[in-house]
Amino acid sequence: MIDFYLFIVFVLAIFVGFEIINKIPPILHTPLMSGSNAISGITIVGALLSLPYASPTLAAILGMFALILATINVVGGFMVTDRMLKMFEKKGGK
Amino acid sequence: MNYIVEFSYLLAAVLFILGMKLMTHVKSARKGNLLAAVGMFVAVAATLINMKSGDASAGIPASIGWPYIIAGIIVGSIIGMLFSKKVKMTGMPELVAILNGFGGGASVLVAISYVWAKSSSVLSLSDIITVMLSILIGSVTFTGSMVAFAKLKGLIAGRPIVFKGNNLLNGALFIVVLASLVWAVIIRSDIGAAHMMLLAVTIISSILGVLIVTPIGGADMPVVISLLNAYSGLAATATGFVLGNSLLIITGSLVGASGIILSNIMCKAMNRSLLNVLFGGFGQAQQKESKEGEYQNIKECSPEEAALILESAKSVIMVPGYGMAVAQAQHAVQELALALEKKGVNVVFAIHPVAGRMPGHMNVLLAEADVPYEKLKEMDEINNEFKQADAAIVIGANDVVNPAATQNKGSPIYGMPILNVHEAKTVIVIKRSLGAGFAGIKNLLFEYPNTLMLFGDAKEMLKKLTQEVNEL
Repeated sequence: MIDFYLFIVFVLAIFVGFEIINKIPPILHTPLMSGSNAISGITIVGALLSLPYASPTLAAILGMFALILATINVVGGFMVTDRMLKMFEKKGGK
Repeated sequence: MNYIVEFSYLLAAVLFILGMKLMTHVKSARKGNLLAAVGMFVAVAATLINMKSGDASAGIPASIGWPYIIAGIIVGSIIGMLFSKKVKMTGMPELVAILNGFGGGASVLVAISYVWAKSSSVLSLSDIITVMLSILIGSVTFTGSMVAFAKLKGLIAGRPIVFKGNNLLNGALFIVVLASLVWAVIIRSDIGAAHMMLLAVTIISSILGVLIVTPIGGADMPVVISLLNAYSGLAATATGFVLGNSLLIITGSLVGASGIILSNIMCKAMNRSLLNVLFGGFGQAQQKESKEGEYQNIKECSPEEAALILESAKSVIMVPGYGMAVAQAQHAVQELALALEKKGVNVVFAIHPVAGRMPGHMNVLLAEADVPYEKLKEMDEINNEFKQADAAIVIGANDVVNPAATQNKGSPIYGMPILNVHEAKTVIVIKRSLGAGFAGIKNLLFEYPNTLMLFGDAKEMLKKLTQEVNEL
């Protein structure tokens, strides 16, 4: 059966996730969303891990495709979030 | 068990938690995003190093050499970079939707690839269950995000697309997926058949993803985008269970949990429940209603008249909405605000929590136009100030300023908290026509005696107003 300690980790992580976001100003809703969207690109690690075991070509192709998609998610997500937050840092108009 | 890798994963998880924590405050948000990015780098680097130094069984097989892996990362990085640099701030919702879809899609591919690579051995019970879940959540995230993207881009109608028995069909498909799961568990010793089952589940889940998002109208998009974001986290979690990887589980759960909270905040702002958004098909019943009752007593005004009113006001509240985003008028809005301030008028912006097509959409657009964020007032903060305001300008907002939500019990948006724009002494509404907003209903505000309609494109009208104000 599924490793039980992984399940424990899962439940605790859910609690941490709920605890982090309790009050958040609407001004940050978008950046937080695109930031956490970038974090969900952690699947990139999964893509990398699955590659060494991908023996038939089909599995390798799928894995490569997953790697590219996840990388787009991670890089695009973090960069666009930074771009947005940079705008919030600018104080006042010109 | 490689302790260096495990420790790096722990470090990455801690960085993600700290990063998200910092992202909940304006001052530290950028640092938080950076910390999270560093966490991601640590995780990827540790994984690569482990693969490089791994024993033969975990090394890179001949079919995928290092060059391919490096190439994949470079290609993905370049595309991601282009996406983030090219996107206009008005196109943010679409970008978040598509990146989300990619994340979900990647999770599915990893799970399928894992099963395919195992073709020589027998799939265990936990393999089957975790892979199925990963495919279900990931596929729904992928196709759902693509539909959301298409809706936001205007490739398909933003209106809810609903047919009779939509929810019933969704339920039926979901049951089919569960049945396939049970079936796959029973026949898992026959690897070929199990593969077929998994493919079937991929296809059905993909259809399900489309059907879940098509009935949802544009006004509910902020909630949907936020929810899909949570799903993409859960897809990563499921893939973590497939691979037995604690980092994927922790990180995915963090995103999933925080995404669900954010979705709930959105729903509260609209006075609706998550379930209602998901199964409500907002805007079906109203289509009949929008036909009944033409507008009466509409008063139009010219830009000159409007400029006079604004210029002689002591305080003006600007109310931006999705129409401002579509017309890309955020810079024009700021120019008008500056022109008025030069004349000694006090200008602030009233932001409804679900104005636009994504949580916090208006804040991002106005920040891009250099509006200082002290001037952006949230609904609860500003609502008492409309009474004292000499004028309010509504720029492309519709449903979020409709008094029907507070007065008309039969209205589909009844109970949704609105900006009390109608309480201002004069309300100027810049709008192309009397067309309905996304909820597809009549806006009572337009008939108020203190409302003046300024028909035209938001950007053009704002430019004209600025010109007039400067000439006064």
